Amino acid sequence: MADKMELNEVEVWDGNYAASQALRQAQVDVVAAYPITPSTPIVENYGAYVANGYVDGEYVMAESEHGAMSACVGAAAAGGRVATATSSQGFMLMLEVLYQASGMRLPIVLTVVNRAVASPLNVRGDHGDMYAGRDSGWVQIDAFNAQEAYDLTLCAFKIGEDLDVRLPVMVHQDGFVTSHTAQNVYPLSDEEAYAFVGDYKPVDEMLDFSRPVTYGAQTEEDWHYEHKAKQHKALMESYKVIDKVFEEFEKKTGRKYNRLEQYMMEDAEVAIVALGTTVETAIYAAEQLRKDEGIKAGVVAPRSFRPFPYNEIREALANVKSVAVLDRSCPMGAMGALYNEICGAMASTPANPLVTNYIYGLGGRDFAVEDAKNIFREQKANADAGYITTELQQFSGLRGPKLAFYEAKRS
Amino acid sequence: MAITSIKNLKEFSTTNERFEGAHLLCPGCAHSMIVRELLNCTDDNLVLATNTGCLEVSTAVYPYTSWDTSWIHIGFENAASAVTGAEAMYKARKRKGTLKDPDAPVKFVAFGGDGSTFDIGFQWISGAVERGHDFTYICLDNENYANTGGQRSSATPIGAHTSTAQAGRVSYGKKQKKKDIVGIFAAHGAPYVAQLSPNKWKIMAKGFQKALETEGPCFINTVSACTTEWKFDPKDTIHVTDLATDSLMFPIYEIINGTKLNILYRPKNIIPVEEYLAAQGRYKHLFKPENRHVIEQIQKEIDEKWEYLQRREEASV
Ligand SMILES: Cc1ncc(C[n+]2csc(CCOP(=O)(O)OP(=O)(O)O)c2C)c(N)n1
Ligand code: SF4
Ligand SMILES: [Mg+2]
Repeated sequence: MADKMELNEVEVWDGNYAASQALRQAQVDVVAAYPITPSTPIVENYGAYVANGYVDGEYVMAESEHGAMSACVGAAAAGGRVATATSSQGFMLMLEVLYQASGMRLPIVLTVVNRAVASPLNVRGDHGDMYAGRDSGWVQIDAFNAQEAYDLTLCAFKIGEDLDVRLPVMVHQDGFVTSHTAQNVYPLSDEEAYAFVGDYKPVDEMLDFSRPVTYGAQTEEDWHYEHKAKQHKALMESYKVIDKVFEEFEKKTGRKYNRLEQYMMEDAEVAIVALGTTVETAIYAAEQLRKDEGIKAGVVAPRSFRPFPYNEIREALANVKSVAVLDRSCPMGAMGALYNEICGAMASTPANPLVTNYIYGLGGRDFAVEDAKNIFREQKANADAGYITTELQQFSGLRGPKLAFYEAKRS
Repeated sequence: MAITSIKNLKEFSTTNERFEGAHLLCPGCAHSMIVRELLNCTDDNLVLATNTGCLEVSTAVYPYTSWDTSWIHIGFENAASAVTGAEAMYKARKRKGTLKDPDAPVKFVAFGGDGSTFDIGFQWISGAVERGHDFTYICLDNENYANTGGQRSSATPIGAHTSTAQAGRVSYGKKQKKKDIVGIFAAHGAPYVAQLSPNKWKIMAKGFQKALETEGPCFINTVSACTTEWKFDPKDTIHVTDLATDSLMFPIYEIINGTKLNILYRPKNIIPVEEYLAAQGRYKHLFKPENRHVIEQIQKEIDEKWEYLQRREEASV
C-alpha cells in the first residue's frame, strides 16, 4: 500500500502541484508521461511521490508524448486508471493518439497546461493546444485557478470512468498564470478524495482472459460512420454525468461547479465570454465597471468546452444586448472558434444580441483588467447604439497598428 | 511457466487456435505462419499488440476478429508502447490485487511489419526496450510496405524494385542497403535478440520460447516472404524462404545480452544468392547485363556478413 500524505486544511499550491496531488490521491494505476514546459512539474512532482512511496501504481517515462499517450491507451485497455500531462508541442505530438484513445472509449485523464503552439516557439500560455483538441472526442473541462485544477482533476476521473460515459477527459489550466502561481488550495484528505473518485471499474479489459477482447479494429464505409456517431452521442450526453459529478462534489466540499459558469448575469446588459484565467480578470473588471461607470457587465465562461453547453449559453445570453467573445488562439483565416460556437448557439433563439470577437493574449501576452474594461465599454457603446460599432473581429493588446476584420453591417 | 512442446508440424494444427484461420491475408503469406507459431508455442495467456500493416488490416475488420486472445491495435508506429502500457498495468494491478486471475501467467507480445519496425515505429520500440519492460517484439520482415502496395522501407535490400524505388531505364531499384536491425537492438543491451525464419520452424519455435521465457525486452526479426510484392507463386512461400536462409541472405542467429552471438542454422550447401534473387519478380531486372554488378555486390556483402557472424560466434562475443 502506498503511504498516505498528511495535508493541511489550506495548502499553498500552484496549479501543477494541485493537479499532481489529485493524480496521487486518485491512486492512478499507470501514469505514462513525457515532460514539457509548463506541465513538466506535474510529471516531476509525481516522480517524487513515486520515489518516496506515496504511489503504488506504475510510472512509465516514455520516449515522447506520442509514446506516452500510446502507453496510456495500452494501459487503459488493460483495465485500470490511467493519467498523464502535457502542453503545446507535446499535445500536438499526441494528437493522433488522442483520437485513437477516444475512439476506443478509454477513460484516460490528461491534464493539459495550456501553452502556445510553435512557430514561433513560445513557452507561455494561450489556448492553441486546447483548441487543437476540440474535435478529438475528449471531454474538455477548463480550470481557471489552482483550486479548480485540483477539484476538476478529481472530478475528471469520475466523469470519464462513469459507465454511461467511458470517454477520456482533459482538464485544462492556463500555462504559468495558473500552473506556476501559488495560491491557497483547500484539499481533501487522501481518504476523502479517493472515496469521492471511487474504485476503477474495468470494462472489456485485456487482462480478463476468460473473455478475449479486440481493441482498435478496422471499419470502412460500412461501419465507421455509425461508430463515430455513437461516440459523438456519448460525448453529447456526458453532460448528465458531468452535472451529477459536480453536484456530488458540491455536497462533499461546498464548492459548486457548472458546465457554464455565469457571473453577474442576472441583470447584465453586456457580457464577456471567455475561458481560463481571463475569466477572473473579466469578473474583476465587471465589478469595477458596475461600481464606477454603471455598466451592467457580466461574464460567461464555459467550464465544459466539450461537450459545449449550447442550451445554457442560449439562456445565459437571452437578455444581453452586446456580447464580446474572447478567443486566446489565433483562428488563422476565420473567426475565433469560441465566437463561432456562441453565434451558433444564439442564431436559433429569438434573442438577437450583438456579438463580436476579440483575439487576445497569444503567446502569453498579458491581458489586463484595463483590456477587459475597454472591451466592456465597447459592448456598452454597441448596446446604446443598437448596432455593432466596431469591426466583427478585433485584436486586443496587439502592438503596432490596429488589426481588425469584417465591417459590421449597420442597421 | 507452461510452454507447449511441439514435436512435429501436425501438432500445430491440433494445438488450441488463438489465431483463427479466417483472415484476409493473401494465400501463401508468411505473416500468418509466424503468428500462428508464436501463439502455439506457449500455453500462457497472451496480450498482443499489432502495428498497422497487412497483419492488422487482415485480422480485425469489424465486426469480425481473428484473435481469440487479448489484442490491440492503435496506429502504425506504437504497438510497442501499447503492449508495454498493458504490461505496466498488469504489474500495477498485480501489486494492488485487482486482477481477476492474479496467478495466471501472462506474456506480452507486439507485432510490427518492417515499415513500422525499421522506419516509422523505430523510436517507440527503442524506448520500450530501453525501459526494460517484460515483452517480446516480433518484426514480420517482408522488406516493404506491403499493406499500402509495396513501397520501399529501410529493410528493403539494395537492388529490389518497389513502387517508390523503382527499377527502370536508368535505375536498378533501391540504391541503399538494409538496416542491421538485429545489431541495433542487440546494441540496446536487450537480453535476447534473434533473426528467425518460418522454414526453420523448430528453431523459430525455440527462439520464440526463449524470448517469452526471458525476463525483459526481447526483439526478434523474422523473415516473412510476401508473395504479392516479392512476386512469386503463393505455393512457393517456403521454397523461397529456404532459398533466403540457404543463400544466407537471411542468416539465422541470436545475440544474448548484446554480447554473445550464436549461429542457429548452418546450411549444409550454401547456395549462390543468384538463385534466391532469380526466384522473385522484384529482382528480375538485376539479371540484365548492366545490373549484374548489383548481384555481385549483394553476394559480396552476404559473404562478408557470414564471415563476421562466424568470427563473432567463434570468439563468443
Ligand atoms: C502515421 C501513418 N503513416 C502512414 C500510414 C500508411 N500505412 C499503413 S500500413 C503501411 C505500410 C506497412 O508496412 P509494414 O510495416 O512493412 O507492414 P506490412 O504491411 O508490409 O506487413 C503504411 C505506409 C499509416 N497508417 N499511418
Ligand atoms: S501483400 Fe504480402 S504481406 Fe501482405 S498479405 Fe499479401 S503476401 Fe502477406
Ligand atoms: Mg512490410
